[in-house]
Amino acid sequence: MLLVILAPLLCAAVAFVVPSGRRRPLALLAGAAAHAAGVARLVAAPSAPGPRDWLGVDALSKIALLTTTVLFLAAAVYAQGYLARRSDRPNRMFVGGLLVLLGAMSAVALSRHLGLTWVAMDAATLATAPLIYFNHNARSLEATWKYLLIGSLGIALALLGTFFLALSGAAPGGPRSLFVDELVAAGPALSRPWVRAAFVFLLVGYGTKMGLAPLHAWKPDAYGEAPGLLGALLAGGLTNFAFLSIVRVFQVTRAAGEDAFARDALVGLGLFSIALSAVFVVGQKDFKRMLAYSSVEHMGILALGLGLGGAAAAGAFFHSMNNGFTKGVVFLSAGNIHRAFGSKSTDDVRGAARRLPLSGPLFLAGFLAVTGSPPFAPFFSEFAILNGAFAGGRFLVGALFLAFLAVIFVGMGTTVLAVVQGEPSRPAEPGTRDSWLTAAPPLALMLIVLALGLFLPAGLRALFGDAAALVGGGW
Amino acid sequence: MASSTDLVFILVVVIDLFLLASSRLGAAIRTVAIQGALLALLPLLLVREEHALGHAVVLAMGALAVKGIVIPRMMFSAIREASIRREMEPILGFVPSMVVGGAGIALAFAFSSRLPLPEPAHAFLVPTALSTVWAGLLLIVSRKKAVNQVLGFLVLENGVFVFGLLLSEVMPLMVEAGVLLDLFAAVFVMGIVMFHINREFASLDTEKLSALKD
Amino acid sequence: MLLRTLFHLALLVALPPLLLGVVNRTKAIFAGRVGPPLLQPYLDLAKLLRKGAVYSRTTTWVFRAGPVIGLAAVASAGLLLAMGGAPAAVSFAGDFVLFAYLLGLARFFTALAALDTGSSFEGMGAAREVTFASLAEPALFLCLLVLARATGTWSLSGMLGEGLPGAWGGAAPALLLAAISLFVIALAENARIPVDDPNTHLELTMIHEVMVLDHGGPDLALILYGAALKLFLFAAILSRLVLGGSGSAAVSEVLFLAGLFVFAIGVGVVESVMARLRMIRVPQLLVGASVLSAFALVLLLR
Repeated sequence: MLLVILAPLLCAAVAFVVPSGRRRPLALLAGAAAHAAGVARLVAAPSAPGPRDWLGVDALSKIALLTTTVLFLAAAVYAQGYLARRSDRPNRMFVGGLLVLLGAMSAVALSRHLGLTWVAMDAATLATAPLIYFNHNARSLEATWKYLLIGSLGIALALLGTFFLALSGAAPGGPRSLFVDELVAAGPALSRPWVRAAFVFLLVGYGTKMGLAPLHAWKPDAYGEAPGLLGALLAGGLTNFAFLSIVRVFQVTRAAGEDAFARDALVGLGLFSIALSAVFVVGQKDFKRMLAYSSVEHMGILALGLGLGGAAAAGAFFHSMNNGFTKGVVFLSAGNIHRAFGSKSTDDVRGAARRLPLSGPLFLAGFLAVTGSPPFAPFFSEFAILNGAFAGGRFLVGALFLAFLAVIFVGMGTTVLAVVQGEPSRPAEPGTRDSWLTAAPPLALMLIVLALGLFLPAGLRALFGDAAALVGGGW
Repeated sequence: MASSTDLVFILVVVIDLFLLASSRLGAAIRTVAIQGALLALLPLLLVREEHALGHAVVLAMGALAVKGIVIPRMMFSAIREASIRREMEPILGFVPSMVVGGAGIALAFAFSSRLPLPEPAHAFLVPTALSTVWAGLLLIVSRKKAVNQVLGFLVLENGVFVFGLLLSEVMPLMVEAGVLLDLFAAVFVMGIVMFHINREFASLDTEKLSALKD
Repeated sequence: MLLRTLFHLALLVALPPLLLGVVNRTKAIFAGRVGPPLLQPYLDLAKLLRKGAVYSRTTTWVFRAGPVIGLAAVASAGLLLAMGGAPAAVSFAGDFVLFAYLLGLARFFTALAALDTGSSFEGMGAAREVTFASLAEPALFLCLLVLARATGTWSLSGMLGEGLPGAWGGAAPALLLAAISLFVIALAENARIPVDDPNTHLELTMIHEVMVLDHGGPDLALILYGAALKLFLFAAILSRLVLGGSGSAAVSEVLFLAGLFVFAIGVGVVESVMARLRMIRVPQLLVGASVLSAFALVLLLR
C-alpha cells in the first residue's frame, strides 16, 4: 500500500535531483509504472481496512486509483513527447510536481483518517499551483494566483469542517477520533448540529477543489492557461479525489442521520453546476476554457448522482471513472491542437482534422463522449443517473438535467465543430505534427472509453455497486 | 487566571477589527504576527490536565515559530521586494469592512452560547474562532493587494487554529503539526508566486490580474 | 455628602484651566522646551475678560449667544456628572442622555454662531465638526450603555458611583474596550490630535479652531473656558472608570484627582507622539471606536 504513495514521491525526488532536462521525463514513466504495479496488487488482493488503520483500501479507493493510474500512465507517455517539444522551458518543477501530485492523490484515496485526507489534499493543491505557471506568461500567472488563493481558501474551510466533524465525535459516547470507520460506526452518537455544519463546510471546501459552482471561479482560468497535460490530470484526476473526500464525509453524515439535508445540498449544487456550465459553454471562443466548464458540468453530474442515491449513486461512481478517461482524451488532444495552431480561440483555429489527422478527430470523438453520446461510456453512466432520478420520483430534477445536457451538447458542438472542420486557417507551427508519443495516449484512452461503453466488465460493475453500497445505494 | 485568557481572546478579536481597518501593509503584517504570537499562548493557557502539558508546549512553540516569526518574515521580504506600503481603497471600503466585520463578530458572540459543546470549553473560544474566520474571509474577498489577500488567508487559518484548540484531546499531534506545516508551505508558495507577479506586472495590485474573464 | 458635592462643584469651576495647562506643559516637555507655566490658562482668561469685544455687522444675536449658551450647556452637563465616586449634584434615571445632548447643544450653538458670521472658513469648520460629531455620538452612547449594563443603573451617578469598581470583576474586557473607545471619543470631541490640531494656524486644516476664529475678548474667554470644562468632563469620566477605587471617600477622591492629571498627561503624550490623521481617515477612526464599544456591549449582553 505504501508503495503506491511512496514510489511516485521517490521518483519526484529523483526528478528534482537529475540535472538533465531530457532524461527527466523518464522519471514520470518510472513513477507511473511503479504506481500501476502497486495499484494492480491492491485491487487484486482484497483486504478490508481494520479499525485505527491510517491507510486502507475499499471500493471507493479502488475506483479512484484504477482511473488515476491508467490516466497517469497515458499522461506519462504523452509527457515524453510534450516535454521534448517544449525543451525551451525548464521542466524540473513540472515533472517533480506531477509525481508529487500522484503521490498525494494516492494518499487521499487510501486514507482512512479524515485529517490525513485533508493534509494530502492540501499537499496536492500546493504541488500543482506552480505547474500552472509552466508557460511563464502573464495570463498563466493570473490563473496560478487565482487557483492558489481560492484553492487555499477552500482547503482552509475544509479544515474547519474537519474540526467540526471531530467535535461532533467528541460528544458523550462518541468515538473521539477522525477515523472514517469509527465515525460511521458511532453513527447516531454523533452530535447532529455539528455534523450538519461540518458537512456544509466540507462540501464548500472540497467542492472548491472539485470545482462545483459557485466555487468554480478558478477553473476556467487554471484549465485554460495550464498545459493540456496538466489540465487532463487535474480535471480527470484531482477533481475525482476531491469528490472521493466528499463521499467519505457523506458516509459519516449518512451514518449520523443527516443525509436528507446532505442529499438536498448535493442535488442543488449539482444542478446549479450543470446549469451554470450550460450558460457559459454557449458561445465560448476559447476551447480550453470550454473544457473547463465541461469539467464543472461533470462535477455537477457527480454531485447530482451522489445526492440522488440508489442506482444513481452507482452511476455516479461509474461516471467518475468515465470522466477521468474522457477528460484525458479531450485535454490531451486540445493541447495538441493548441500547440499546432499557436492559439486556443475559435477565431484562429480551423480545420484541426486536416492538420492533425489523429488529434483532430480525437477531439471530436472526445466531445461526443464528454457530452454523453452513445456508444461511449459516459452515456451509460449519465443514463444510470437519469434513471435513478426518474425511478426515485424526482421528475423535475431529471427533466432539468436532460435540458441542461442538451444545451451543453449544442453549445460545445458549435465550438468543437468550428475547430475541427474546414480548411486549416494558418500555416502549421514547426514540429507540431501528430507524433506517436503525443497522439497515442489520447487514442488509447478513447478506446478504453469506447470499450467501457460497449462492454462493462462484471468486475467493474460490481465494484461500482459496492461503492454505492457504502453510501446507501446500489444497482 | 481566567481573566487573562479572556483578555487574550478579546485581544485577538480587536486585532481582527484593526486589520479590517488598516491600510498600511507593514503595520498589518506586524499585527498578524502579534496575533500569531498570542495564539501561541493559548494552548498553554487552556491546558487543564498534566499529561496534556507536553503536547501543549510543543504546539505553542510550533505556532510561535511558524505564525509569529517565519511567516511574517516571508511577508516582509515580499513587500520589500515589491516596495509597496499601502493598500488603496479596497473593494469593500474600510468603514463598511469594519461594520460588516463587527456585525459578524457581534453575531458570533451573541449566538455561540446556543451551540451545543460536547465538553466544557472557555466561553470565548468558539466566538473568537468564528469571528476570526469571518474577518479573514472578508479580507480575502475584499482586498486588492495580493499581500493583503495572503494576510486574510493567514487570519482565516488563525481562526481555524483557535477552533482546533477545542480538540486538543481528540486530534493527534501529527495532524496539528501537519496543519502548521501546510500553512507554512502555502505561504511559501504564495510568496514565490507574488515574487513572479511583481516581476511580471511591476505591482502587486490584483486589479491588474483581470485579463482572463468570460 | 453635601461637603463632597460642594468640593466637586468647586473642582468643576476651578480646575479645568489647570488641566489645559498640564496638557500644554506635557507637549512642551516632549518637544524639549520649558513651556508655559501651569497656571497660564488662568492668566489668559483674565486677560481676555479685561478686553473689549468687536462685533461684525453681518452677525446677529446668534453670534453673541453662541459662547454664552455653549458655556451654560457644558456647565449644566457638569452638574450631572458624578465625580470621585460620590453622586452628582443633579441626578435621575436616564440623565446620561441629557448629558450627551447638553454637550450636543453646546456644539450646535457654536456651529450656529460660526455660520452666522457668513465666512466660508467658519462654515467649512462647522461642517467638518458636525460630521465628525455625528460619528462620535453613537460611540459615546454605546460606551455609556456599556457602563449602564455593567453597573445595572440608568443614571450617571450610579454608573460612575459605588458600583463601578465591583463591575470590573465581572465585566473587565468590556469595560476596558469601553475605556479605549471613550479615550478616542474624548480626543475627537475636544478637537485634539489625531482628529484636529489645536495649534495649527492654517484655516484650511482647522476644524474646531476655525469656528471660533471671529470671537474676541470676553466671548473668547467663555469659549476657552468652555473647552477646558468639556475636557474636564471627559477626564472625570475616564478617571473614575479606569482608576476608580472603592473604599473610603478620601481614597476615592485622591485617585480621582490623580486620574484627572494622568488623563491630561496622556492627552499631551498622544498629541506629541502622533501626527494628525488625514480627514478621510477620521471617520474610520470614529467608526472603529463605535465598533469597539458595540463589541463591548455585545460581550455584556450575551
